Amino acid sequence: MLNPNLKKQLEVISTKLRMEIMNEVHAAKCGHPGGSLSIADLMTYLYFEAMDVDPSDPKKPDRDRFVLSKGHTCPALYAALAYRGFFPTQELIQLRKLGALLQGHPDMKSIPGVDMSTGSLGQGISTAVGMALAGKMDGALWDVYTVCGDGEIQEGQVWEAAMLAGHHNLEHLCVIVDNNGLQIDGAIEEVNSPYPIDKKFEAFGFYVQVIDGHNFEEIAEAINNFKANKGCPSAIIMKTVKGKGVSFMENQASWHGVAPNTEQYEAGMAELKAHLAELEN
Amino acid sequence: MREIIKKATREAYGDTLVELGKEHKEIVVLDADLAGATKSGNFKKVFPLRFFDCGIAEGNMMSVAAGLAAAGKVPFASSFAMFASGRAFEQVRNSIGYPGLHVIIGASHAGLSVGEDGATHQCLEDFALMAAIPGMTVLSPSDYYQTVNAVKAAYEMEGPVYIRLCRMANETFHNDENETFEVGKGIVLREGRDVTLVATGLLVAETLKAADLLAEEGVSARVIEMPTIKPLDLPLLQAAAKETKGLVTVEDHFAGCGMGAMIAAALAETTPARVIKVGVQDKFGQSGSPMDLFEAYGMTAPHIKEKAMLLMAE
Repeated sequence: MLNPNLKKQLEVISTKLRMEIMNEVHAAKCGHPGGSLSIADLMTYLYFEAMDVDPSDPKKPDRDRFVLSKGHTCPALYAALAYRGFFPTQELIQLRKLGALLQGHPDMKSIPGVDMSTGSLGQGISTAVGMALAGKMDGALWDVYTVCGDGEIQEGQVWEAAMLAGHHNLEHLCVIVDNNGLQIDGAIEEVNSPYPIDKKFEAFGFYVQVIDGHNFEEIAEAINNFKANKGCPSAIIMKTVKGKGVSFMENQASWHGVAPNTEQYEAGMAELKAHLAELEN
Repeated sequence: MREIIKKATREAYGDTLVELGKEHKEIVVLDADLAGATKSGNFKKVFPLRFFDCGIAEGNMMSVAAGLAAAGKVPFASSFAMFASGRAFEQVRNSIGYPGLHVIIGASHAGLSVGEDGATHQCLEDFALMAAIPGMTVLSPSDYYQTVNAVKAAYEMEGPVYIRLCRMANETFHNDENETFEVGKGIVLREGRDVTLVATGLLVAETLKAADLLAEEGVSARVIEMPTIKPLDLPLLQAAAKETKGLVTVEDHFAGCGMGAMIAAALAETTPARVIKVGVQDKFGQSGSPMDLFEAYGMTAPHIKEKAMLLMAE
């Protein structure tokens, strides 16, 4: 059981991250709100509970690593990093502008806390495998988390990476699939079905868990199970709602890569503010 | 002077990996099921725990190498040039190039000189692909001894490095044990005042022969070797452009998009000069022995001489 106070704190943070995601994409007038909102709860749990990271020393050698393989949903990562203290929150509304710290996809060279540059789908998971291999060579105890989209796993490279991870029994690697069911062209099972996702990762030698990605109890339990698991990599198939938290964006493929106009932004923010007020009461 | 030996540049890659690996524990080597051919297998024999065979999955291998580099290792990712620069181009660009990670790509079996395997395996566009990536250093050593030095220089650098290696054994001519490898520097192998021959890789030897043929005609040919394709040694080329009638470039690569094209483009901006490019014209390779292919595709000493004579006639 998750401590009720902690659970509430996490819910408050994830709601604030969702508000920042809205701020970011509205200010940028472009970006990817749907898949950012679907991973907001996971990002909250990773950066505020699970991962050992230090904003004052972003490159400390024994930190846990995070690779956003579905790099286009960096508004969620950036919001988490800013709230965790890696850079000022004012940077968030500069997203995607010329000369801004925050690039349209994660850039490890310039952004504190970003462990790998990603954006071209399928590659992030492979880099996470490389990091986990390095850790294994050194007998290190740090973990590597990577988040793939459920559309992203149509990329063959994801399975090349999974094969190598299974082959090397990378127990410190946790692959999380954001299974929100939608990609740009529509429902994943209508475009080119990747199902059954759990069976596929099992076949590659992973310890697989299927959870509700908006339930902190389940996220916490799955991460704890991953940390306790020995001898093979982990995959967490996280059932989520694309656009989660903003009613008109929920389960709409059309909100994959479109920013809200000001009217939509205000309507979405009103919902999130109301939810935050409820939580804080 | 060291002994003249006949050995492929890929042999130097494998041998040097072992030498460097003894001293530098952070070196790791990756391959994609070609460890015997790329000679990365030499490293595997000595350091099995620092060697990762990724199987036949070159794109994944490049991104895995990026992850290893991001976690403090110095990876050498090995495959054939066709797959390292071609199939895995986008992984090299986005996982390694964009973050500027120090991954060294050892790409063997480049060029027509692969020979009998034919067109699918004869990579003739790797210079173009790799040089297009910002921050990528592209090396093309010509013999065993120079490759040893090039691999060591690549290790000492920062950022991504592509090293083009060849299958075919060739005689060494960089036999001076005091010779060093300076990244970005061309080497004047022979002074000359009439025309300049600029060559890289396996065809340097053929180009020296062409200079002999030209001497027989009374033509003094300067021979420049370019073991670094990117960054180009522009001052050396500019001097040649000013001091001789023009340049003939020689490479086992598509002529339209390789070293010669890069040289012509660079000189056009500052020191316009006639540049005739010897290389594979706009067609694929085919099966055959390396020397038969060089002959058939117009890349041997008499062809090089003929191009230089065209410049002399102007």
